[in-house]
Amino acid sequence: MFNVQDIRKDFPILSRKVNGKPLVYFDNAATSQTPKQVIDAIADYYSNYNANIHRGVHTLSQEATDLYEQSREKIRAHFNAQFTHEIIFTSGTTHGINLVANGFSALLKKDDEIIVSALEHHSNIVPWQMLCDCTGAILKVIPMNEEGELLMDEFDKLLSENTKLVFVNHISNALGTINPIEYIIEKAHAVGAAVLIDGAQSCPHIKPDVQKLDVDFYVASAHKMCGPTGVGMLYGKEEWLKKLPPYQGGGEMIAEVTFEKTTYADLPHKFEAGTPNICGGIVFGTAIDYMNQIGFDAIANYENELLQYATKKLLEIEGLKIYGTSKHKTSVISFNLDGIHPYDVGTILDKMGIAVRTGHHCAQPIMDFYKIPGTVRASFAFYNTKEEIDALVEGVKKAKMMLS
Amino acid sequence: MSIEEIQNEIIDEFSMFEDWEERYQYMIDLGKELPLIDDQYKTDNNIIKGCQSKVWVHAEMKDDKVEFTADSDAIITKGIIAILIRVFSNQRPKDIIDADTDFIDKIGLKEHLSPTRANGLVSMVKQLKMYAIAYQTQLK
Repeated sequence: MFNVQDIRKDFPILSRKVNGKPLVYFDNAATSQTPKQVIDAIADYYSNYNANIHRGVHTLSQEATDLYEQSREKIRAHFNAQFTHEIIFTSGTTHGINLVANGFSALLKKDDEIIVSALEHHSNIVPWQMLCDCTGAILKVIPMNEEGELLMDEFDKLLSENTKLVFVNHISNALGTINPIEYIIEKAHAVGAAVLIDGAQSCPHIKPDVQKLDVDFYVASAHKMCGPTGVGMLYGKEEWLKKLPPYQGGGEMIAEVTFEKTTYADLPHKFEAGTPNICGGIVFGTAIDYMNQIGFDAIANYENELLQYATKKLLEIEGLKIYGTSKHKTSVISFNLDGIHPYDVGTILDKMGIAVRTGHHCAQPIMDFYKIPGTVRASFAFYNTKEEIDALVEGVKKAKMMLS
Repeated sequence: MSIEEIQNEIIDEFSMFEDWEERYQYMIDLGKELPLIDDQYKTDNNIIKGCQSKVWVHAEMKDDKVEFTADSDAIITKGIIAILIRVFSNQRPKDIIDADTDFIDKIGLKEHLSPTRANGLVSMVKQLKMYAIAYQTQLK
């Protein structure tokens, strides 16, 4: 049974105070909080297993390697990849995207076309612009509407036999829109293009099935789903991962090295040069276990309840406008008060112990679309409560009173 | 008044506030009262881009003293600008170069002058000093 008060006991940070007030943490889309199960697993690793992996003959190294590879298998099972070696450990979503973009620099030629969406985080824009700079490929953009939804009929028009790659986020970090990735994947495949889905914002809320989606690449970060920062995963179909050249050279990723010629290791190690974030990789699995134990259906239901409640309450405030009003969205509310800068609202809320994000959310093209400098973004997780939303609403009312 | 005298005066004023609300309300009111930078100076050349809010600064030399005008798109940032202008404007270049901003800490607004805040204020203070250095060079 889903019981938010019991769940909150797992998160030590939720009982601290900020500026003398109980912390209300609504910056979950930036990073999630860490349950004690994950914190304990980190301490357990360094207390009992710390060693370098994959090459030690001694017991500690064997045990650490086993834990690391068990975690890779947990991640495979969670995303339902066909093979464990299709899961590459990365430092996070940005690393995963750069790895793929770099690989495609060997596969694209001048005037090939690649497609991005108007709803992206800078980390799913800039690596591809760099790819275009070095290959001469052309970047096309799927436009959005006022509700913050991608225009699929416009997407259809962008597709052609020149299209080689399409990359969109599963869920927009700035607005919370859930994009129709099933449609995007199907249409892109129909013209022979590969698809990368940025799952940084989806994985905290839903459990993607990469085989069912038939997606070519899917990237995610542990720290958005109750894990630590500095670790993430790239799923790639075996055939694609074999086609892409290695991203970084170093130890771990080789089969044999001579000064004449080096051969590369098999998947997944081909893409894992150097000593990885071993502890992070292991406890990424712990975080996934934790979230699965609560259950993604229960999480989605409860977060939707919070979203509906907060949307209704916030809209009762005169002069408050919500950006991103798609019917298909997760528990993210981006908003502004009429005539008031988001930075000012965020500053007043912080004084009241309420953590929200303000600014352009690393998605300047979206802000340009709405012709605003930024928004206040409140993003809810399964450990938040309606009482906390009431505190946010009171905080916004106070900010409005002080700033008007 | 010297920069130090003005700073002490501001510290005195802020010591009368009982809580953050009074302090912030005062800053917000200062922000609203701040005479705007002349539109002709609100250009891209004079802009300091923070990630969160923008700041515009213009400087002019008048009778051996530097006069600053400034603006921001966020009102709390503007309130702090008003305080900084009150301290640094109409002072001799050398005094501006030598002055510090520790008083911001004493009036409980330290976090706004943090480099990680990305509101443009840290760069603004640097910019005020750069203007002072430039005018000081001209005086020699």
